[in-house]
Amino acid sequence: METFIAQLLNGLSLGSIYALIALGYTMVYGIIQLINFAHGEVLMIGAYAGYFAVTILKLNFFAALLFAMVVSALFGMIIERIAYKPLRRSTRLAVLITAIGVSLFLQNGGLQVFGTDYISFPQAIPRVTYKFLDGNVTITSHQILILLVTIAMMLILQYIVQKTKIGKAMRAVSYDKDAALLMGIDVDSVISVTFALGSALAAVAGVLLGMYYQTIHPLMGVMPGLKAFVAAVLGGIGIIPGAMAGGFLLGIIEALVSGYWSTTFRDVVVFGLLILILIVKPVGLLGKDTREKV
Amino acid sequence: MLKIENLDVYYGAIHALKGISLELNEGEIVTLIGANGAGKTTTLQTISGLIRPKNGSITFQGQELTQRPAQEIVKMGISQVPEGRRVFANLTVLENLEMGAYLRKDKEGIKATLEKVYARFPRLRERKKQLAGTLSGGEQQMLAMGRALMSQPTLLLLDEPSMGLAPILVQEIFSIIQEINKAGTTILLVEQNAHMALSIAHRAYILETGRIVASGDAKELAESEQVKKAYLGG
Ligand SMILES: Nc1ncnc2c1ncn2[C@@H]1O[C@H](COP(=O)(O)OP(=O)(O)OP(=O)(O)O)[C@@H](O)[C@H]1O
Ligand SMILES: [Mg+2]
Repeated sequence: METFIAQLLNGLSLGSIYALIALGYTMVYGIIQLINFAHGEVLMIGAYAGYFAVTILKLNFFAALLFAMVVSALFGMIIERIAYKPLRRSTRLAVLITAIGVSLFLQNGGLQVFGTDYISFPQAIPRVTYKFLDGNVTITSHQILILLVTIAMMLILQYIVQKTKIGKAMRAVSYDKDAALLMGIDVDSVISVTFALGSALAAVAGVLLGMYYQTIHPLMGVMPGLKAFVAAVLGGIGIIPGAMAGGFLLGIIEALVSGYWSTTFRDVVVFGLLILILIVKPVGLLGKDTREKV
Repeated sequence: MLKIENLDVYYGAIHALKGISLELNEGEIVTLIGANGAGKTTTLQTISGLIRPKNGSITFQGQELTQRPAQEIVKMGISQVPEGRRVFANLTVLENLEMGAYLRKDKEGIKATLEKVYARFPRLRERKKQLAGTLSGGEQQMLAMGRALMSQPTLLLLDEPSMGLAPILVQEIFSIIQEINKAGTTILLVEQNAHMALSIAHRAYILETGRIVASGDAKELAESEQVKKAYLGG
């Protein structure tokens, strides 16, 4: 029982981070049907922005988080403008290959600019460990922070998407671009805003990952990026609540596999799960079996 | 009010509009009728700025439209109810209507227009919280029309509003079109249902494979042998 609770707590914090990343994948997919493989790199850039904000700009944690979000949002918008927008009328495969190219470009660019070493991420919030159940289960202040920040981000996102004018326009554009144009909606800027929002969430994930593992690295976005992609597919790609659910579910599954079985099997299980969903329910847990729009 | 001159539109190698010209005067209902694939939708999409013509011009109140982005055209007062309604199924009825007013900033004015739309389509008020995808075909057509009216257009483009609707509903939709027109909106009505369209229109153009083959007073066209034979079933 203690192992279960302990792993559940680990799973929740890791799952929060996956969920934040998965949201970016799913929002971008929802609006332009692209799997943005450079998303993990946007996360990495956010983590470095957060690192510099704390170490050089001497900002406190929340200010640094905001700074990282702005930097990543700008990056996401620039990537979209330069790499994806010119391909708006190309095949999906062409855009997908471009996304992989952008991802590799940023990984290697990151290695050039930031170096190949792991650098330790500053503890902007003191790490305190709380013990309970006779000391058999522990939770750190960082785990609590990760969960709270994630929930706050999800609430904000939900508010933006459901209640604001731009959020409604995002949903309209994701459903029917031509009809949105007929309403006078500037589809290009709505796509841009979607990238900005998804990228800002990736930055939050990057900073939280830095806190969680206490180090950052130019390739730090690769694995979490891939796993969050699995989480997005698990929940149903293009569906926002699906990405949230998929992220948490994946984090918990991972933690339980590590806790009860072994860490080496963790990734086997995660990617095995991806294959399984694609076979059994390709639209994901929250997806509806509708035929693709033409 | 709207003047199209020698418009040529291509889809790749397909020559969809072959130098068409047509004109609308303020306050009119003009109908553009033609069979499947004649180029009716292409004409409306080109006016709305979703398709760029190869040659020719479209002027609206003296201003050239062909190089403008779609949102500017909406802002100038041209609104379209697209073929197949194209409501945002994942948005509620109210949200769909709000999207119609996307470019307007006057909160009070939007509210007033919303009330007018609800008054014209009481069904929409009853269902404002419902997802548009759950509406019936007729209700979706009303929503698409209400949504287009939210921008307070001076010119309304309607693409086959009768498509797929029961005759009684077609009657209702057409009388609403007449009311909208009487309230001051000029209308360009695209239809395959020539009989209904000619009965409410002032003037008509007949489109055949990308060319205007006849035009004139709607009543006269409805009486002409050529039109009776091809479009009114004898
Ligand atoms: N996206 C497209 N790509 C290629 N050809 C197209 C495209 N859209 C329309 N066409 C062609 O252009 C011509 C005119 O089509 P359009 O949709 O304007 O006809 P329509 O009069 O609206 O027909 P319908 O009554 O069936 O709606 C047709 O031959 C059609 O096949
Ligand atoms: Mg058509």
